[in-house]
Amino acid sequence: MASKPARPRSPHLFSGPMQLHYRWSPAMTASIVHRATGDGMATIGTLLLVWWLAAIAAGPAAYGVFLDVFTTSTGSLNLLGWIVGVGLTWSVFQHMMSGIRHLVMDTGAAFELKVNQRLALLTFVASTLLTIAFWLFLGNK
Amino acid sequence: MGTEIGRVRGLGSAGHGAQHWWHQKLTAGTNFLLIVWLLASIATLPSYDHGTVRLWLHSAWAAIPMALLIASVFYHFRLGLQVVIEDYSHKESRFVLTVLVNVFTLATAGTAIFSILKVAFGATA
Ligand code: HEM
Repeated sequence: MASKPARPRSPHLFSGPMQLHYRWSPAMTASIVHRATGDGMATIGTLLLVWWLAAIAAGPAAYGVFLDVFTTSTGSLNLLGWIVGVGLTWSVFQHMMSGIRHLVMDTGAAFELKVNQRLALLTFVASTLLTIAFWLFLGNK
Repeated sequence: MGTEIGRVRGLGSAGHGAQHWWHQKLTAGTNFLLIVWLLASIATLPSYDHGTVRLWLHSAWAAIPMALLIASVFYHFRLGLQVVIEDYSHKESRFVLTVLVNVFTLATAGTAIFSILKVAFGATA
């Protein structure tokens, strides 16, 4: 491996300093955001989910510590609660939408340039609308 | 080297490429169902105090899908993180990071499943 230095490897992005190898497109954004949201959920999301479950199991005191980190004394979300809450729900919806796009493309469909780019843009529109809908639902309960 | 068709059939260095890819897709499907269930459950909980949330997880209707979600999502992201490591990391660090991902996945999954079972089999109040 080390004896062949300059061979391009996947993912190959740059052909010079600050010079992209390709013209940037929605599909590339969807691709890297799929990776970023997957990694974010797998690390931060996993730790939070496991902490939440362990706190429920450990009892009211441990659960109170969890709530205190993300809420104010009145019980509404604090700044961190909003950032983590909206960030995680958007990540879930975005990864879900681009994941469905992946599965569609695995059937060999939607590789035509126009359809492909439009579907990539659509994942962002859909995930943002779903995130807004989710939080409006919570707020109006 | 082998033939083209032999390579396509997944006979890569470890012989597991096609299976890895397929399991990523299978768990994508089960993730979808279970994540929709979790979001809907959280959204429709009457409140988020300890008593309410614990009573919810105590029910088999929540404990079983939650345990299945842990299995599906954690297997899915372990497969996914392995691909990410193999894309960016080479030589010794690739081995170390892969082991770390396995340790992380097993430790978090174990804690999650234990917590779910403790609540599910615990007393009602
Ligand atoms: C909501 C339902 C989900 C769907 C439909 C879905 C779908 C997918 C698909 C199709 C892939 C493979 C992409 C490829 O072939 O390159 C993938 C990769 C991945 N997923 Fe998911 N996923 C879901 C939920 C999750 C969750 C909850 C997590 C983390 C906790 C996660 C973490 C990952 C990671 C880390 C990867 C690897 C990303 C990469 O290779 O860049 N996924 N997902």
